Amino acid sequence: MSDLPAGFRLVQENDKDALLVLSGAWVQGSNAGDFAALGAQLRAGTVTRLRVDGEALLQWDSTLAAFLLQCHDYCAAAGIELTTRNLPPGAARLLALATTVPPRQQAAGPRGNWLAALNPLNALRDALQMLRESLAFTGEVSIALARLVTGKSNTRFQDFRHFVYQAGPQALGIISLTSVLVGMILAYLGAVQLQQFGAGVYVANLVSIGILREMGVLMTAVVMAGRTGAAYAAQLGTMQTNQEIDAITTMGVSPVEFLVIPRMLALLLVMPLLTLYANLLGIVGGGVVAGGMGISPLQYISQTENALAINHLAVGLVKSLVFAVLIAVAGCRAGINSGRSSAAVGDAATAAVVTAIVYLIVADAGINILCQQLRI
Amino acid sequence: MAYGSFVIQRDLSFDVGCGDIFVIMGGSGCGKSTLLKHMLGLIEPAAGDILYSGENFTRAGAQQRDAIRRRWGITYQTGGMFSAMTLAENVALPLQLYSDYRPDEIADIVAYKLALVGLAGYQAFYPAEISGGMLKRAALARAIALDPEILFFDEPSAGLDPISSRLLDDLIYELKESTGATVVIVTHELPSIFAIATNSVYLDAASRTMIDCGDPAWLRDHSQQPVVREFLTRGGGPAKTTAARSSQHE
Repeated sequence: MSDLPAGFRLVQENDKDALLVLSGAWVQGSNAGDFAALGAQLRAGTVTRLRVDGEALLQWDSTLAAFLLQCHDYCAAAGIELTTRNLPPGAARLLALATTVPPRQQAAGPRGNWLAALNPLNALRDALQMLRESLAFTGEVSIALARLVTGKSNTRFQDFRHFVYQAGPQALGIISLTSVLVGMILAYLGAVQLQQFGAGVYVANLVSIGILREMGVLMTAVVMAGRTGAAYAAQLGTMQTNQEIDAITTMGVSPVEFLVIPRMLALLLVMPLLTLYANLLGIVGGGVVAGGMGISPLQYISQTENALAINHLAVGLVKSLVFAVLIAVAGCRAGINSGRSSAAVGDAATAAVVTAIVYLIVADAGINILCQQLRI
Repeated sequence: MAYGSFVIQRDLSFDVGCGDIFVIMGGSGCGKSTLLKHMLGLIEPAAGDILYSGENFTRAGAQQRDAIRRRWGITYQTGGMFSAMTLAENVALPLQLYSDYRPDEIADIVAYKLALVGLAGYQAFYPAEISGGMLKRAALARAIALDPEILFFDEPSAGLDPISSRLLDDLIYELKESTGATVVIVTHELPSIFAIATNSVYLDAASRTMIDCGDPAWLRDHSQQPVVREFLTRGGGPAKTTAARSSQHE
């Protein structure tokens, strides 16, 4: 018996009865359970009763059990009466267990497919949906701010200091690096062009105005969107997963007042300060490059002093406040509207960053056009 | 067992017999789940060794540990199913990683494992689309994918209604009987303990050590430790509110 190969043999006893003899060791790697071959033989015949005999079986594992289940399902679908004999007791029990609950007939819900994602109409619908959600969320934030001003808010300020620390001092390292490098890049770009006209010293004007009005605040905002905005989305998304937001809502407290406002206020406080810091380091970075191109530190400082005007600084600071609101709204909205799975929290963080950067660029363009019209 | 200098349990010494359904029990906060984490190698013991079939798991190298772990199946308190994968993908994962089955064989075995836990036809569903009881059973299907020698359960009945809990108990018992696997369960659900456990250890939070071990039904009636008898009889009788209500009805 032990010499029998692992496999099966279908013995036709008469027109209606067949015997399926299982033999050998049905274990991983034995390739014993090719049900397609058995199915083909059964389909070709007129069998209405199938007996499975396991007397010649040696060791077995899930390979045998999976094969037996396929036999059972096939016979049930084809109206063939299935009986077993001499199966190992464990295999017989497992077959009985696996066939206790009938298979679910209804398929899983519809799945998104990547072709649908390429459809411009779907993309437009998604964009409109996101815009609608953002507007609704902005409305909720406005109401919460109004309640805060009138002293009716349930805003929790115990965490405010933590949010300020998280968004401010903890971001100084990355802000320092990006600001210095952006200042250096601006200086390189400007110096190469301006030196052709013998106006190399004006690189200080280019760097200081460029940094103050545009690059300092924009780069700070982009870093904060990726860092703090994503963190907000992940924090609130996890709270959504843990039903903490449900708990807050059922306590009669607005999640926006309780969770969003402290984060937004922390960003509003921190962003102008970080922008000032980024401006300073950007100008220093530009100065380093200018020094390497033959402009003395004194010349650079003097020229920068001439170029600096309060309006440039004010434009940058106003932008920083607008950007702070946009980053907080994008991050918190994505978190609060997150699904309840770990994948959904990841999606929320991604959505927070992408949305915030789009908001930033659109808002920056809008403010620049406004400033140009107002001649600021 | 300790977190830094804080000792959770000390002087733990017990054997889990081959083919046992062994329950780690005790009150909340006594260190049941922490003990399980030690047994799984997720936390290193402060002192002592854990042996599996004579192999010293605690002192084993990474490769030897992995080899031992492949003989285990584990279900976690919240299921631990990968939310971005369908049930079929979840169950197929250990088979793809650690078996020599062909892809078509893996699909057949996945269908069989899901059928075994009463989830036939649920291959394309995601964990978020099924109920808590189904999620626990799906986690069990993944745990038994590789026909493990030892099955570990962390609070399998937590959060389940009594009928789902009973069905899960029956399933664990039937799997153990069919496959001969050893089962280790962390729980404080008395109906589950008395329904399926053949052996147990009681961890005491106050003395921070195990104070008794043996068949739970025997411990309930004969334990020398009052706290164990009290635990296994749910405080010695019905809750005061229940008794009060009964007397009102009378």
